[in-house]
Amino acid sequence: MTEHSDLEVVAVVGTGLAGLSSARALRELGHNGRIVLIGDEKHDPYDRPPLSKAFLAGEWDPEKISLGLPTDAGLDLDWRLGQRAVGLRPGEAGGWVVVLDGGDEVRADGVVIATGARARKLPSERPLSGVHTLRTLDDALALKAELSPGARLVIVGGGFIGAEIASTAVSLEVDVTVVEVAPALLAGPLGAEVGAAMAALHESNGVKVHTGVGVSALAPDPEEPDWVGAVVLADGREIPADVVVVGIGSEPNTEWLEGTGLLGPQGSLSGGVLTEEDGRTALSGVVATGDCTALHHPFAGRVMRQEHWTHAAQHPAQAVAALLGVPAPPVAPAMRVPYVWSEQYGQNFQFAGHHQPGDETEVVDGDLAGPAFTVIYRRNGQPVGVFGVGQPKVFGRWRRELAKLLP
Amino acid sequence: MIRVCAVGEIPEGEAVRVEHGPDGVPVAVFHVRGEYYAIDDTCTHQDASLTDGYVEADDCAVECPLHAACFSLRTGEPSGPPARVPVRTHAVVIENGHVYVQLQPAAVPVG
Ligand SMILES: Cc1cc2nc3c(=O)[nH]c(=O)nc-3n(C[C@H](O)[C@H](O)[C@H](O)COP(=O)(O)OP(=O)(O)OC[C@H]3O[C@@H](n4cnc5c(N)ncnc54)[C@H](O)[C@@H]3O)c2cc1C
Ligand code: FES
Repeated sequence: MTEHSDLEVVAVVGTGLAGLSSARALRELGHNGRIVLIGDEKHDPYDRPPLSKAFLAGEWDPEKISLGLPTDAGLDLDWRLGQRAVGLRPGEAGGWVVVLDGGDEVRADGVVIATGARARKLPSERPLSGVHTLRTLDDALALKAELSPGARLVIVGGGFIGAEIASTAVSLEVDVTVVEVAPALLAGPLGAEVGAAMAALHESNGVKVHTGVGVSALAPDPEEPDWVGAVVLADGREIPADVVVVGIGSEPNTEWLEGTGLLGPQGSLSGGVLTEEDGRTALSGVVATGDCTALHHPFAGRVMRQEHWTHAAQHPAQAVAALLGVPAPPVAPAMRVPYVWSEQYGQNFQFAGHHQPGDETEVVDGDLAGPAFTVIYRRNGQPVGVFGVGQPKVFGRWRRELAKLLP
Repeated sequence: MIRVCAVGEIPEGEAVRVEHGPDGVPVAVFHVRGEYYAIDDTCTHQDASLTDGYVEADDCAVECPLHAACFSLRTGEPSGPPARVPVRTHAVVIENGHVYVQLQPAAVPVG
């Protein structure tokens, strides 16, 4: 707390969870100088996970998803909301200059990149009304307005966000179909066996699930050609739709950093800003954190993006410590095992570690048929991941077993 | 004082929920390595019941079943995100083979 670095102004770019957590960590780690927070959304920082859950269901209002805390007022932050960073260049007298879309420039001695990610879209010739992605508060409001009882919703992509939207939409009496190109839902993060159990869970809640088939086009409604009318599958089938949500992953917001000398995995920033484990980048005085980064994953054994809440909440303190040159706050071993949660059909899902095709799946408690179970993933006999539905105690124990394997 | 249960009814590493604690708020009573601890049952982050959480005996802490914030059973302090606000702790009294909880004077709110 007493350490003092020679940085006067720190610019934090991105005002999501990682950006706000960075600003808090700057103060907690002793930075007394100015903090400029630049964010292209006009809203104060808010929490994204409820956007597909309680907020979309209408159970929570915008106030309930605010990330703000009463203590934030004392942080003395210089907010630039509704302004987009479009470039980063070295300052004439050292440090960095963040260029904003209106032409303003913010000079800073240190920069925290926390621009997160955006929803990936389907390539389409013509935008149709009724077609959504879900990343922002505005996206959630727009989608929510169309989820009326009896509406036919087709969700393209059966990942976590698609699955959560399906669960929420069912609770709103919407008629839901999920289309997933992989052979099972959530096959990437959870494997085909667990994915099949997830599909069964959706089906038992009245959701129609089509796996192993891609989407070839979104067709307009013949009556109202500006609106979507159907989702056309690769095998020619057409699924009538009043509303479509595309949930096919995310892309990091890194275009504004092209040409800066920052690196990405395989040489491309489209895979995120490559960082050390503590958030340091190829540029001195510039760190990156949250969903926009790619870094070494202890259980994957390779560099990848970790697009999860807990990472975006926990990692900024590490990155900010590296920027200030002060010791990073300790992280409990169990918290070092990457963690993600989800909620579907009133059940609590928890995942920690990593899964990749070829890993063995072992049910260590309960039954894949539900309602509760815990699964361990093993690679060369070693546990590398744990997934639990409704078994937080079993899950917690296994997350700690995984933590013991960390170097 | 509110009676929780008889000594021995909470297995080691487990907890029971007292629906109406001393001030009406649910309380979770934990049994860890022979000691009893009582904290508010509702996580300060959202609405999870800490009674359902995993107990980390080495750290004398409970992990929230929803988003995995860990709270010290001794102090109520969270060790990391998402929780930032501590849960209240309460006094546990053992008398004549029974476990009781007693309201602790309200902690001064932070902020
Ligand atoms: C619908 C939904 C549900 C989710 N559910 C879960 C869940 O259940 N569990 C879980 O673990 N994770 C979940 N996540 C993931 C979690 O929300 C993210 O990991 C987290 O939000 C990442 O935070 P971030 O600050 O890195 O990025 P973001 O939240 O994306 O914030 C980045 C901010 O920077 C802004 N920005 C981008 N470019 C610029 C620029 N050039 N200039 C200025 N500002 C810019 C963006 O507009 C945004 O406001 C969910 C995500 C979504 C979208
Ligand atoms: S409700 Fe406990 S950590 Fe979120």
